[in-house]
Amino acid sequence: MYVYDQYDQTIVDQRVDQFRDQTRRYLAGKMTDAEFLPLRLQNGLYMQRLAPMLRIAVPYGLLSSRQVRKLAAISRQFDKGYAHISTRQNVQLNWPRLEEVPDILAELASVQMHAIQTSGNCIRNTTTDQYAGVATDELEDPRPWCEIIRQWSTLHPEFAFLPRKFKIAVCGSSQDRAAIHAHDIGVELLANASGKVGCRILAGGGLGRTPVIGSVICEWLEKKHLLTYLEAILRVYNQNGRRDNKYKARIKILVKAMGVDAFREAVEQEWALVKDGPTTLTEAEINRAKSFFTDPAYLVVDDAAARAGLAEKCGADPIFANWVKRNTVDHRVPGYRIVNLSLKATGFAPGDITDTQLELVADLADQYSFGEIRTTHQQNMVLADVQMDQLYSLWQQLQKAGLATPNHGYLTDMICCPGGDYCSLANAKSIPVAEAIQSRFNDLDYLYDLGPIELNISGCMNACGHHHIGHIGILGVDKKGEEFYQVCLGGSQAKDASIGKILGPSFSQEDMPAVIEKLLSTYLDLREGDEIFLDTYRRVGIEPFKERVYEKVD
Amino acid sequence: MKRLIKAGHIVEDSWQPLDADAANPGRQQILSLDQWLRLTDRSGRAVMLEPGQAPAPLFDHLEGIPLIAINFPVFTDGRGFSYGRELRERGFAGELRACGHFIRDQMSYLARCGFDAFQLADESLLAEALASLQDFSECYQAAIDQPLPLFRRRG
Repeated sequence: MYVYDQYDQTIVDQRVDQFRDQTRRYLAGKMTDAEFLPLRLQNGLYMQRLAPMLRIAVPYGLLSSRQVRKLAAISRQFDKGYAHISTRQNVQLNWPRLEEVPDILAELASVQMHAIQTSGNCIRNTTTDQYAGVATDELEDPRPWCEIIRQWSTLHPEFAFLPRKFKIAVCGSSQDRAAIHAHDIGVELLANASGKVGCRILAGGGLGRTPVIGSVICEWLEKKHLLTYLEAILRVYNQNGRRDNKYKARIKILVKAMGVDAFREAVEQEWALVKDGPTTLTEAEINRAKSFFTDPAYLVVDDAAARAGLAEKCGADPIFANWVKRNTVDHRVPGYRIVNLSLKATGFAPGDITDTQLELVADLADQYSFGEIRTTHQQNMVLADVQMDQLYSLWQQLQKAGLATPNHGYLTDMICCPGGDYCSLANAKSIPVAEAIQSRFNDLDYLYDLGPIELNISGCMNACGHHHIGHIGILGVDKKGEEFYQVCLGGSQAKDASIGKILGPSFSQEDMPAVIEKLLSTYLDLREGDEIFLDTYRRVGIEPFKERVYEKVD
Repeated sequence: MKRLIKAGHIVEDSWQPLDADAANPGRQQILSLDQWLRLTDRSGRAVMLEPGQAPAPLFDHLEGIPLIAINFPVFTDGRGFSYGRELRERGFAGELRACGHFIRDQMSYLARCGFDAFQLADESLLAEALASLQDFSECYQAAIDQPLPLFRRRG
């Protein structure tokens, strides 16, 4: 993974000093709340319903065991002993004290971490595929490109006061696991007709109040131009994006208002000014970035023998076999598998992890996976490089720690924002809804029979829980002070991305498990062969689901 | 006379503030874009841009303009950062001044975008604000103050 040199360290250290002074001035009454607001947000600090919340950046979801141990120590020393994995692959602390935040940031800086631009109207953490570098369907590793974008966007002097937040995602594989269509900018590494890999650039995707699938702004861009092209897009947005209405301020609204062609033309005009300038990437820089993401010291393993050994273990222990089937994924290197750690055990808030679990994950990463851990936008964690013959002992330790729930990709592996329990923006609670659904559908055989389903829950239309792109999406809404839940169906975050359609009038919290049950039974009645929920929905449309859910019971 | 930070020092302002309603503003007065556009002889005249007034009309006249002021009526409106860069990248070499309600914590970014003068709405904050220009000694991106990105300078 990327390792700071003295330049990176200096920048992060000076940022801590800057924020320490800003916090001091704020607490001394020398700065107004309004002035402090964007400064603290751009250092990850929200003022929440019950306490501040600190969002720590995990660039493109990659952590070392040392960093994870530091997160455990911070959550214990400065918080309540747990942390939350967000849908931007970041880590959130729910109970820090404002006065201590500069100290937390200094602790983070000591392990090459920060909370820079994890909030606010600026360029946020760049996200990518949690299986980057190890996926079997990968064309090119997106992580060097994420790091290049991270450095360019970090403390960018021109784009710190944008009309609204700005999110970039990069995908380098045939399946999109980074939801690039739902981002302000999506970068897809893609070969052109002559086989050369470049970047397809999408812009204007986004969720929130007006969900939009991104439009192709550039079909194929030579990679050395990536940063100048991004700079041109941001410059068009910074100058022309709406600032009069925060709900119309995202780039998706600008792209729609201008029209894709006019937007592209404006970008090309700006680009002409900076194209081939100093920000053009050099071969040396691209190679330097790539040098941090080379293969770890994989053992040369006989694939057939490793598979046979694993099959034997699976034959002897069906519970282990089930976990291997559900929670591990093919690795591009023979003899290895990718392991998903589920942070979706029933009874725990989705994405939450305790300090002791974090420490265990760090130890397991050292023991089994070259000391690296990934966070995912589905709010789980990944050990990406586990030898097949070590899966059994890893599983035994995960199981003891409650990290081996075999539900990866199934209904109970839901995405869920912190919601009204924590967040001051939320209209409604989301965690109790998630928990009620998890308890109701706790039977594994039933879950597996349902097949892969993405259930996403947001407590408000800011859509942190990505409800629009869940196969089933749930949105908390406020009706005259009461919490209700709207359901949408048919969203997808894959390359065939789609925005879910609203089912109809909203439901009360206690009705939600029954509503989900009706949706699922409709699917089970209508599915053909191995069709997954989304495909059945796409074939039959929303009506049969609507009828079942809203039918009058005599 | 109003004071401001210029080239890292607090100095007195040699320009008179904008009077957008003046029919015949003096030669030492900062003009609104409308006033400036109405002039036939623009050489030596200073002009102020508001958010939403893209600097494009100035591009063909940059050599003759001694001062371009960019107003920040609210500090969260960041259009002026791009305006500054757009002007400098096209060769504007005169004074580029941030005015209005920006905050000192933005000054290091503003300086990177080509601003060399800072006129805070509250003059009493000028002395303290000077320190904010020193917030960072290193940066990743190419900008006006440092035309090479870090990746072309890394030793």
